[in-house]
Amino acid sequence: MSSKVIHAIYDDDDVLLHAVKDVKAANHHIEEVFTPFPVHGLDKAMGLAPTRIAIASFMFGCLGLSIAIWLTNYIMIEDWPQNIGGKPSFSYLENVPAFVPVLFEMTIFFAAHLMVITFYLRSRLWPFKKAENPMLSTTDDKFLLEVAVADNEKKLVSLLKKTGAIEVKVHEKKGES
Amino acid sequence: MVVGAVALGIGFLSAPTTVEEAKAMVSDAHGHGGHGHGDHDTHADDHVVGHKDEAHHSDHHDTHADDHHDKNDEAYANSDSHDAHGGGHGDSHDKHLLHQLQNRPWAATYLAALFFMMIALGVLAFYAIQRAAQAGWSILLFRVMEGITAYLLPGSIIVFVLLVLSGLHLNHLFVWMDAEVVAHDEIIQNKQSYLNVPFFLARALFYIVGWNLYRFYSRKFSLAQDNDNGIGYHKKNFRLAAGFLVFYIVTESMMSWDWIMSVDPHWFSTLFGWYVFASMIVTAVTVIAMVTIYLKSKGLLEEVNDSHIHDLGKFMFGFSVFWTYLWFSQFMLIWYSNIPEEVTYFITRIEDYNLLFFGMVVMNFVLPLLILMNSDYKRNNWFIIMAGIIIVLGHYLDFYNMIMPATVGDQWSFGLSELGSASLFTGLFLYVVFSALAKAPLKPKGDPLVKESKHFVY
Repeated sequence: MSSKVIHAIYDDDDVLLHAVKDVKAANHHIEEVFTPFPVHGLDKAMGLAPTRIAIASFMFGCLGLSIAIWLTNYIMIEDWPQNIGGKPSFSYLENVPAFVPVLFEMTIFFAAHLMVITFYLRSRLWPFKKAENPMLSTTDDKFLLEVAVADNEKKLVSLLKKTGAIEVKVHEKKGES
Repeated sequence: MVVGAVALGIGFLSAPTTVEEAKAMVSDAHGHGGHGHGDHDTHADDHVVGHKDEAHHSDHHDTHADDHHDKNDEAYANSDSHDAHGGGHGDSHDKHLLHQLQNRPWAATYLAALFFMMIALGVLAFYAIQRAAQAGWSILLFRVMEGITAYLLPGSIIVFVLLVLSGLHLNHLFVWMDAEVVAHDEIIQNKQSYLNVPFFLARALFYIVGWNLYRFYSRKFSLAQDNDNGIGYHKKNFRLAAGFLVFYIVTESMMSWDWIMSVDPHWFSTLFGWYVFASMIVTAVTVIAMVTIYLKSKGLLEEVNDSHIHDLGKFMFGFSVFWTYLWFSQFMLIWYSNIPEEVTYFITRIEDYNLLFFGMVVMNFVLPLLILMNSDYKRNNWFIIMAGIIIVLGHYLDFYNMIMPATVGDQWSFGLSELGSASLFTGLFLYVVFSALAKAPLKPKGDPLVKESKHFVY
């Protein structure tokens, strides 16, 4: 199955942002926007759901903290109690200040790494993946707005031209979305 | 100017009531205070009467040497019982106790005076950072910051007067000022070239004059910029701020040794200056945020939007974590190395101040961390105010934990002296701040970056 999309190309992020709002206001479905850098407010203008990565990150941090607590307790107290600097070695609670740096680092380690991995999984990225950019110059200085076409091609093209696109072209694409 | 008049009205409505309350509470303390020396009021006639009482006891200073026995005993025997000294100390122990009790109103006054002066000083540093970095977002908050730093002059003068009174042996806040104690204490003798009263006061004067000069000129240039078309004053302020920050970080660090660390003259910590700085700056940012939200709720400062509050919230969150980092670094190194003269500091705090010591960590770290972690909550005025109240109280307790164990020992509590002095200085602080806010338009309209601040969106 193949579908038709329109690619509108812009050379300014402000113009793009206004275009996105106009297209949204005219009730067209924006498939995707390709930009060379993050544009502030674009996610809101496109109506994307707010990111939940912060919640995920918090949970990963808690996971890291729990694992670190278990780890330090097992290594330093249960399995092979070690007497360092005369500190009581059979009680986790009385030793906890010594472990705080470990707990802290493990929390950060888990939160950071798992967050990046989650982000990759969620946005379907992996090493050696072929880039999905329809146009190479969106990695340089152009902004590309991709709109799905039903049977309103002409209207859509004129709308996009009005929003300040420097180029508008219709594009056949294989249904992979 | 209308804006200014309204703010003045608010200032008068909110402030004097608390001053009156404080006065009432303080005079209550005179009436009911078990030890009859609740003279923490800086302007009461009772002052003289109160001091005479204390002057009588000043010939018993030798008992302070006991303080150090105390601590060493605690370090070695790990005992919190004062009876551990044996019978020979029994008599001097009573006098020591008396001194601790006499110290209470002094320490409470000193603590509150210092705490509020440090808020103003912290705001001044934050302001200078914004100036030196030529930040665009914070311009609309400059007048709020300038208003708060107006308290620096009266606040620092009060602190200086208290230090002079200590230097005149009217109280026992700083044991090293006592010749009798020093004669029996080799460690303090070795520190005499730094810790002596004339040099101590000269240093204090140097810091205070330096800070107030910066505050005076930056305010002057800031007001002058309002009616100026060029950016000359803006540039002057930039250069001034950069110079001040260098001066500040050195003097702030020395101030924390002089005014806070030296109440425990045996103890030392090399990161103490940073630790005090962290406490100061987080309280300062919190107070800026709270005053801003208050003025905004009164319809002033309309151009300050959620993003400004959000940024202040981020600073509150970040500096809270920074404070915890320094607190813990200091604690862990001393705990781990377990050197008697260092570790006594934490032993007294954990044994005699257990709830306060750990409660303060919860208030200054755990609660701000959980409340302010969510970015939507940082845009919510109600959450910022709630977190702000927790942070300000938490850092008051932090300073309480720095001053009290060395000055009043295990005789601490929150009585009329503490609450009275805290509310007196709160009232004075609010009065000075809000009258200063009323004196100038709240929008620095001449600043070259004011437009950027107005459109600031995160």
